[in-house]
Amino acid sequence: MSKKELIVREEILGSNKKVAAEIREKLEAAGVLVVNLLSSPGSGKTTLLERIVETLHPTHPLAVIEGDIETERDADRIRRKGVPAWQITTGGACHLEAKMVGKLLPEIPAETKFLFIENVGNLVCPAGYDLGENIRCVLLSAPEGDDKPKKYPKAFASADCLIFTKSDLIPYLPFDLEKAGNEALDLNPRLRIFVTSALKGRGIAELARYFIESRVNMIQHQRHA
Amino acid sequence: MHELSIVASLFEILEAKARENQATKIVGVRLRVGKLAGVVPEFLQTAFDSYKQDTIAAEARLEIEEVPLKMRCRKCAAEIEKEDFVLVCPSCGSTDLELLEGMELLLDKIDLEV
Ligand SMILES: Nc1nc2c(ncn2[C@@H]2O[C@H](COP(=O)(O)OP(=O)(O)OP(=O)(O)O)[C@@H](O)[C@H]2O)c(=O)[nH]1
Ligand SMILES: [Mg+2]
Ligand SMILES: [Zn+2]
Repeated sequence: MSKKELIVREEILGSNKKVAAEIREKLEAAGVLVVNLLSSPGSGKTTLLERIVETLHPTHPLAVIEGDIETERDADRIRRKGVPAWQITTGGACHLEAKMVGKLLPEIPAETKFLFIENVGNLVCPAGYDLGENIRCVLLSAPEGDDKPKKYPKAFASADCLIFTKSDLIPYLPFDLEKAGNEALDLNPRLRIFVTSALKGRGIAELARYFIESRVNMIQHQRHA
Repeated sequence: MHELSIVASLFEILEAKARENQATKIVGVRLRVGKLAGVVPEFLQTAFDSYKQDTIAAEARLEIEEVPLKMRCRKCAAEIEKEDFVLVCPSCGSTDLELLEGMELLLDKIDLEV
Protein backbone atom coordinates (compact mmCIF):
# COMPACT_ATOMS: atom_id res chain seq x y z
CA MET A 1 0.00 0.00 0.00
CA SER A 2 1.29 3.43 -0.88
CA LYS A 3 -0.07 6.95 -0.80
CA LYS A 4 -0.65 9.00 -3.88
CA GLU A 5 -1.54 12.66 -4.26
CA LEU A 6 -3.66 13.25 -7.35
CA ILE A 7 -4.00 16.82 -8.60
CA VAL A 8 -7.36 17.02 -10.36
CA ARG A 9 -8.42 20.71 -10.78
CA GLU A 10 -11.76 19.71 -12.26
CA GLU A 11 -15.06 21.57 -11.99
CA ILE A 12 -17.39 19.63 -9.74
CA LEU A 13 -20.37 20.57 -11.89
CA GLY A 14 -18.36 20.01 -15.07
CA SER A 15 -20.61 17.18 -16.20
CA ASN A 16 -23.65 19.49 -15.99
CA LYS A 17 -21.78 22.10 -18.04
CA LYS A 18 -20.91 19.51 -20.65
CA VAL A 19 -24.52 18.36 -21.03
CA ALA A 20 -25.62 22.02 -21.16
CA ALA A 21 -23.14 22.76 -23.95
CA GLU A 22 -24.48 19.79 -25.93
CA ILE A 23 -28.06 21.02 -25.52
CA ARG A 24 -27.08 24.53 -26.60
CA GLU A 25 -25.25 23.28 -29.66
CA LYS A 26 -28.08 20.99 -30.71
CA LEU A 27 -30.86 23.54 -30.24
CA GLU A 28 -28.88 26.37 -31.82
CA ALA A 29 -28.42 24.21 -34.90
CA ALA A 30 -32.18 23.61 -34.92
CA GLY A 31 -32.81 27.38 -34.67
CA VAL A 32 -34.25 27.25 -31.16
CA LEU A 33 -33.45 30.08 -28.73
CA VAL A 34 -33.40 28.82 -25.14
CA VAL A 35 -34.36 31.13 -22.26
CA ASN A 36 -33.89 30.18 -18.60
CA LEU A 37 -36.05 32.10 -16.08
CA LEU A 38 -34.76 32.42 -12.52
CA SER A 39 -36.40 34.00 -9.50
CA SER A 40 -37.65 33.48 -5.96
CA PRO A 41 -40.95 31.64 -5.51
CA GLY A 42 -43.92 33.71 -6.59
CA SER A 43 -42.04 36.51 -8.40
CA GLY A 44 -44.34 36.04 -11.37
CA LYS A 45 -42.44 33.69 -13.72
CA THR A 46 -45.46 31.71 -14.89
CA THR A 47 -47.72 34.76 -15.20
CA LEU A 48 -45.08 36.54 -17.28
CA LEU A 49 -44.69 33.43 -19.43
CA GLU A 50 -48.46 33.37 -20.01
CA ARG A 51 -48.23 36.93 -21.39
CA ILE A 52 -45.17 36.09 -23.50
CA VAL A 53 -46.95 33.02 -24.85
CA GLU A 54 -49.96 35.14 -25.80
CA THR A 55 -47.64 37.53 -27.65
CA LEU A 56 -45.52 34.97 -29.53
CA HIS A 57 -47.97 32.12 -30.15
CA PRO A 58 -48.77 31.04 -32.86
CA THR A 59 -46.66 33.26 -35.16
CA HIS A 60 -43.45 32.30 -33.30
CA PRO A 61 -43.78 28.62 -32.31
CA LEU A 62 -42.60 28.04 -28.78
CA ALA A 63 -42.45 25.38 -26.11
CA VAL A 64 -42.15 25.61 -22.34
CA ILE A 65 -40.50 23.50 -19.66
CA GLU A 66 -41.73 24.08 -16.13
CA GLY A 67 -39.59 23.17 -13.14
CA ASP A 68 -41.21 22.76 -9.75
CA ILE A 69 -40.68 20.65 -6.69
CA GLU A 70 -44.21 19.26 -6.94
CA THR A 71 -47.40 19.50 -9.09
CA GLU A 72 -48.24 19.93 -12.78
CA ARG A 73 -49.93 23.26 -12.11
CA ASP A 74 -47.58 25.60 -13.96
CA ALA A 75 -47.37 23.37 -17.06
CA ASP A 76 -51.18 23.14 -17.08
CA ARG A 77 -51.41 26.95 -17.07
CA ILE A 78 -49.22 27.08 -20.21
CA ARG A 79 -51.01 24.15 -21.94
CA ARG A 80 -54.28 26.03 -21.56
CA LYS A 81 -52.81 28.60 -23.97
CA GLY A 82 -52.42 25.87 -26.61
CA VAL A 83 -48.62 25.64 -26.32
CA PRO A 84 -46.66 22.41 -25.65
CA ALA A 85 -45.40 22.33 -22.07
CA TRP A 86 -43.63 19.75 -19.95
CA GLN A 87 -43.48 19.69 -16.20
CA ILE A 88 -40.33 18.53 -14.47
CA THR A 89 -41.05 17.79 -10.81
CA THR A 90 -37.79 17.55 -8.94
CA GLY A 91 -39.32 15.90 -5.87
CA GLY A 92 -37.38 18.15 -3.51
CA ALA A 93 -34.38 19.36 -5.47
CA CYS A 94 -34.15 23.14 -5.49
CA HIS A 95 -32.99 23.61 -9.09
CA LEU A 96 -33.14 22.08 -12.56
CA GLU A 97 -30.09 20.34 -14.03
CA ALA A 98 -29.13 20.10 -17.69
CA LYS A 99 -29.71 16.36 -17.89
CA MET A 100 -33.37 16.85 -16.91
CA VAL A 101 -33.78 19.22 -19.85
CA GLY A 102 -31.78 16.94 -22.15
CA LYS A 103 -34.25 14.09 -21.63
CA LEU A 104 -37.08 16.21 -23.04
CA LEU A 105 -35.32 17.29 -26.22
CA PRO A 106 -36.71 14.47 -28.40
CA GLU A 107 -40.25 15.62 -27.58
CA ILE A 108 -39.83 19.20 -28.72
CA PRO A 109 -41.77 19.77 -31.97
CA ALA A 110 -39.64 20.43 -35.04
CA GLU A 111 -41.17 23.85 -35.77
CA THR A 112 -40.19 25.24 -32.33
CA LYS A 113 -38.30 28.54 -32.38
CA PHE A 114 -38.24 29.39 -28.68
CA LEU A 115 -37.85 27.17 -25.64
CA PHE A 116 -38.61 28.82 -22.31
CA ILE A 117 -37.52 27.06 -19.14
CA GLU A 118 -39.03 28.18 -15.85
CA ASN A 119 -36.63 27.12 -13.13
CA VAL A 120 -37.65 26.05 -9.63
CA GLY A 121 -38.51 29.15 -7.56
CA ASN A 122 -35.21 29.88 -5.79
CA LEU A 123 -32.74 32.72 -6.22
CA VAL A 124 -29.67 30.80 -5.05
CA CYS A 125 -29.25 27.27 -6.30
CA PRO A 126 -30.43 27.49 -9.96
CA ALA A 127 -27.72 30.09 -10.62
CA GLY A 128 -25.05 27.37 -10.47
CA TYR A 129 -26.58 25.20 -13.18
CA ASP A 130 -26.30 26.00 -16.87
CA LEU A 131 -29.27 24.41 -18.67
CA GLY A 132 -28.02 25.09 -22.17
CA GLU A 133 -29.75 28.46 -22.36
CA ASN A 134 -28.78 31.30 -24.68
CA ILE A 135 -30.36 33.86 -22.38
CA ARG A 136 -30.63 33.73 -18.63
CA CYS A 137 -33.28 36.04 -17.17
CA VAL A 138 -33.49 36.87 -13.50
CA LEU A 139 -36.85 38.24 -12.31
CA LEU A 140 -37.28 40.58 -9.37
CA SER A 141 -40.80 41.50 -8.26
CA ALA A 142 -41.49 44.79 -6.54
CA PRO A 143 -42.82 43.21 -3.27
CA GLU A 144 -39.50 41.39 -2.75
CA GLY A 145 -37.66 44.66 -2.13
CA ASP A 146 -35.04 46.68 -3.97
CA ASP A 147 -32.11 45.32 -1.94
CA LYS A 148 -32.03 41.89 -3.54
CA PRO A 149 -29.28 42.09 -6.21
CA LYS A 150 -26.39 42.28 -3.75
CA LYS A 151 -27.98 39.76 -1.41
CA TYR A 152 -28.14 37.19 -4.22
CA PRO A 153 -25.14 38.25 -6.29
CA LYS A 154 -24.64 35.08 -8.26
CA ALA A 155 -28.10 35.10 -9.81
CA PHE A 156 -27.69 38.70 -10.95
CA ALA A 157 -24.04 38.40 -11.94
CA SER A 158 -24.69 35.36 -14.12
CA ALA A 159 -27.81 36.69 -15.89
CA ASP A 160 -28.08 38.33 -19.30
CA CYS A 161 -31.28 40.13 -18.55
CA LEU A 162 -33.08 41.48 -15.49
CA ILE A 163 -36.87 41.63 -15.59
CA PHE A 164 -38.61 43.71 -12.94
CA THR A 165 -42.07 42.22 -12.46
CA LYS A 166 -45.32 43.43 -10.85
CA SER A 167 -44.41 47.04 -11.63
CA ASP A 168 -48.12 47.91 -11.11
CA LEU A 169 -47.44 47.51 -7.35
CA ILE A 170 -44.52 49.96 -7.20
CA PRO A 171 -46.74 52.97 -6.29
CA TYR A 172 -47.85 51.14 -3.13
CA LEU A 173 -44.40 50.01 -2.00
CA PRO A 174 -41.12 51.55 -0.85
CA PHE A 175 -39.44 50.06 -3.92
CA ASP A 176 -36.76 52.15 -5.64
CA LEU A 177 -36.53 50.86 -9.20
CA GLU A 178 -33.47 52.91 -10.04
CA LYS A 179 -31.58 51.79 -6.93
CA ALA A 180 -32.32 48.12 -7.62
CA GLY A 181 -31.33 48.52 -11.28
CA ASN A 182 -28.06 50.25 -10.40
CA GLU A 183 -27.20 47.67 -7.80
CA ALA A 184 -27.70 44.94 -10.39
CA LEU A 185 -25.64 46.85 -12.96
CA ASP A 186 -22.79 47.15 -10.43
CA LEU A 187 -22.70 43.37 -10.32
CA ASN A 188 -23.13 42.98 -14.04
CA PRO A 189 -22.73 45.99 -16.35
CA ARG A 190 -23.95 44.04 -19.38
CA LEU A 191 -27.43 43.32 -17.98
CA ARG A 192 -30.38 44.25 -20.20
CA ILE A 193 -33.18 45.59 -18.01
CA PHE A 194 -36.94 45.39 -18.59
CA VAL A 195 -39.75 46.72 -16.44
CA THR A 196 -42.93 44.67 -16.69
CA SER A 197 -46.37 44.15 -15.26
CA ALA A 198 -48.03 40.94 -16.39
CA LEU A 199 -51.24 42.23 -14.84
CA LYS A 200 -51.30 45.47 -16.86
CA GLY A 201 -49.43 44.20 -19.89
CA ARG A 202 -46.57 46.67 -19.39
CA GLY A 203 -43.20 45.88 -20.98
CA ILE A 204 -44.35 42.59 -22.51
CA ALA A 205 -44.01 43.69 -26.14
CA GLU A 206 -40.46 45.02 -25.51
CA LEU A 207 -39.45 41.77 -23.86
CA ALA A 208 -40.92 39.65 -26.67
CA ARG A 209 -39.03 41.80 -29.18
CA TYR A 210 -35.79 41.24 -27.24
CA PHE A 211 -36.28 37.47 -27.49
CA ILE A 212 -37.08 37.65 -31.21
CA GLU A 213 -34.03 39.84 -31.89
CA SER A 214 -31.80 37.58 -29.79
CA ARG A 215 -32.87 34.62 -31.91
CA VAL A 216 -32.09 36.52 -35.12
CA ASN A 217 -28.65 37.38 -33.73
CA MET A 218 -28.06 33.78 -32.74
CA ILE A 219 -28.84 32.57 -36.26
CA GLN A 220 -26.71 35.26 -37.92
CA HIS A 221 -23.84 34.39 -35.59
CA GLN A 222 -24.04 30.77 -36.72
CA ARG A 223 -23.89 31.69 -40.38
CA HIS A 224 -20.70 33.64 -39.73
CA ALA A 225 -19.20 30.90 -37.59
CA MET B 1 -29.68 24.02 -0.49
CA HIS B 2 -28.10 22.21 -3.38
CA GLU B 3 -25.03 21.14 -1.43
CA LEU B 4 -26.18 17.52 -1.45
CA SER B 5 -26.49 17.38 -5.23
CA ILE B 6 -23.06 19.03 -5.54
CA VAL B 7 -21.65 16.32 -3.28
CA ALA B 8 -23.36 13.68 -5.45
CA SER B 9 -21.61 15.13 -8.53
CA LEU B 10 -18.34 15.25 -6.58
CA PHE B 11 -18.62 11.55 -5.74
CA GLU B 12 -19.15 10.67 -9.40
CA ILE B 13 -15.74 12.20 -10.12
CA LEU B 14 -14.11 10.72 -6.99
CA GLU B 15 -15.27 7.22 -7.81
CA ALA B 16 -14.12 7.50 -11.42
CA LYS B 17 -10.68 8.79 -10.36
CA ALA B 18 -10.30 6.06 -7.75
CA ARG B 19 -11.09 3.43 -10.37
CA GLU B 20 -8.69 4.90 -12.95
CA ASN B 21 -5.91 4.90 -10.39
CA GLN B 22 -6.79 1.51 -8.92
CA ALA B 23 -7.04 3.07 -5.49
CA THR B 24 -8.19 1.05 -2.51
CA LYS B 25 -9.19 4.12 -0.52
CA ILE B 26 -9.63 7.86 -0.74
CA VAL B 27 -8.21 9.45 2.40
CA GLY B 28 -8.39 13.14 1.57
CA VAL B 29 -10.26 15.52 -0.73
CA ARG B 30 -9.52 19.20 -1.27
CA LEU B 31 -11.96 21.64 -2.88
CA ARG B 32 -11.59 25.25 -3.95
CA VAL B 33 -14.84 27.12 -3.40
CA GLY B 34 -15.33 30.70 -4.60
CA LYS B 35 -17.09 33.27 -2.42
CA LEU B 36 -19.57 33.76 -5.25
CA ALA B 37 -20.07 30.04 -5.88
CA GLY B 38 -23.34 30.17 -3.96
CA VAL B 39 -22.56 27.30 -1.60
CA VAL B 40 -22.06 27.22 2.14
CA PRO B 41 -18.81 25.41 3.08
CA GLU B 42 -20.28 24.11 6.37
CA PHE B 43 -23.23 22.56 4.51
CA LEU B 44 -20.86 21.00 1.98
CA GLN B 45 -18.88 19.50 4.84
CA THR B 46 -22.01 18.04 6.45
CA ALA B 47 -23.31 16.71 3.14
CA PHE B 48 -19.90 15.16 2.38
CA ASP B 49 -19.69 13.45 5.76
CA SER B 50 -23.11 11.86 5.43
CA TYR B 51 -22.64 10.89 1.77
CA LYS B 52 -19.25 9.25 2.24
CA GLN B 53 -20.59 6.41 4.43
CA ASP B 54 -20.05 3.03 2.76
CA THR B 55 -18.11 4.54 -0.15
CA ILE B 56 -14.46 4.33 -1.08
CA ALA B 57 -14.07 7.69 0.65
CA ALA B 58 -15.63 6.58 3.96
CA GLU B 59 -12.52 7.69 5.88
CA ALA B 60 -11.74 10.75 3.79
CA ARG B 61 -11.17 14.15 5.27
CA LEU B 62 -12.65 17.06 3.31
CA GLU B 63 -10.65 20.27 3.14
CA ILE B 64 -12.34 23.36 1.70
CA GLU B 65 -10.24 26.27 0.56
CA GLU B 66 -12.33 29.42 0.18
CA VAL B 67 -11.39 31.65 -2.73
CA PRO B 68 -12.02 35.39 -2.38
CA LEU B 69 -13.33 37.54 -5.20
CA LYS B 70 -10.57 38.59 -7.53
CA MET B 71 -11.24 41.08 -10.31
CA ARG B 72 -9.40 43.10 -12.87
CA CYS B 73 -10.44 46.61 -13.82
CA ARG B 74 -11.01 46.85 -17.57
CA LYS B 75 -10.19 50.59 -17.48
CA CYS B 76 -6.98 50.83 -15.44
CA ALA B 77 -5.99 47.13 -15.26
CA ALA B 78 -5.76 47.19 -11.45
CA GLU B 79 -6.18 43.79 -9.79
CA ILE B 80 -8.62 43.86 -6.91
CA GLU B 81 -9.31 41.37 -4.12
CA LYS B 82 -12.53 41.82 -2.20
CA GLU B 83 -14.61 40.36 0.56
CA ASP B 84 -17.85 42.12 -0.36
CA PHE B 85 -19.72 42.77 -3.57
CA VAL B 86 -19.20 46.50 -3.97
CA LEU B 87 -17.87 46.12 -7.45
CA VAL B 88 -16.16 49.44 -7.97
CA CYS B 89 -12.48 49.83 -8.80
CA PRO B 90 -10.73 51.42 -5.78
CA SER B 91 -8.07 53.00 -8.03
CA CYS B 92 -10.18 54.65 -10.73
CA GLY B 93 -13.84 54.24 -9.73
CA SER B 94 -14.79 52.27 -12.83
CA THR B 95 -17.50 49.62 -12.52
CA ASP B 96 -16.29 47.76 -15.58
CA LEU B 97 -14.63 44.89 -13.76
CA GLU B 98 -13.80 41.46 -15.00
CA LEU B 99 -14.27 38.62 -12.53
CA LEU B 100 -11.13 36.46 -12.42
CA GLU B 101 -11.76 34.23 -9.40
CA GLY B 102 -14.49 33.68 -6.86
CA MET B 103 -17.14 31.78 -8.85
CA GLU B 104 -15.34 28.45 -8.93
CA LEU B 105 -16.36 25.12 -7.49
CA LEU B 106 -13.33 22.94 -8.08
CA LEU B 107 -12.13 19.53 -7.04
CA ASP B 108 -8.49 20.49 -6.50
CA LYS B 109 -6.80 17.33 -5.23
CA ILE B 110 -7.42 13.80 -3.97
CA ASP B 111 -5.24 11.76 -1.61
CA LEU B 112 -5.39 8.10 -2.51
CA GLU B 113 -4.12 4.82 -1.14
CA VAL B 114 -3.12 2.52 -3.94
N1 LIG C 1 -49.95 42.71 -9.01
C1 LIG C 1 -49.39 41.78 -9.79
N2 LIG C 1 -49.40 40.48 -9.39
C2 LIG C 1 -48.82 39.57 -10.19
C3 LIG C 1 -48.18 39.93 -11.41
N3 LIG C 1 -47.66 38.81 -11.96
C4 LIG C 1 -47.97 37.80 -11.13
N4 LIG C 1 -48.65 38.24 -10.05
C5 LIG C 1 -49.18 37.43 -8.95
O1 LIG C 1 -48.09 36.86 -8.23
C6 LIG C 1 -48.43 35.54 -7.77
C7 LIG C 1 -47.37 34.54 -8.21
O2 LIG C 1 -47.31 34.50 -9.62
P1 LIG C 1 -46.69 33.26 -10.43
O3 LIG C 1 -46.64 33.66 -11.84
O4 LIG C 1 -47.40 32.01 -10.09
O5 LIG C 1 -45.23 33.21 -9.80
P2 LIG C 1 -44.05 32.14 -10.09
O6 LIG C 1 -42.77 32.90 -10.03
O7 LIG C 1 -44.34 31.38 -11.31
O8 LIG C 1 -44.17 31.21 -8.80
P3 LIG C 1 -43.46 29.77 -8.54
O9 LIG C 1 -43.53 29.00 -9.83
O10 LIG C 1 -44.26 29.17 -7.47
O11 LIG C 1 -42.04 30.07 -8.14
C8 LIG C 1 -49.80 35.24 -8.33
O12 LIG C 1 -50.77 35.46 -7.34
C9 LIG C 1 -49.96 36.23 -9.47
O13 LIG C 1 -51.30 36.57 -9.72
C10 LIG C 1 -48.21 41.33 -11.80
O14 LIG C 1 -47.67 41.74 -12.84
N5 LIG C 1 -48.81 42.20 -10.94
MG1 LIG D 1 -44.37 29.30 -11.60
ZN1 LIG E 1 -9.71 50.93 -12.36
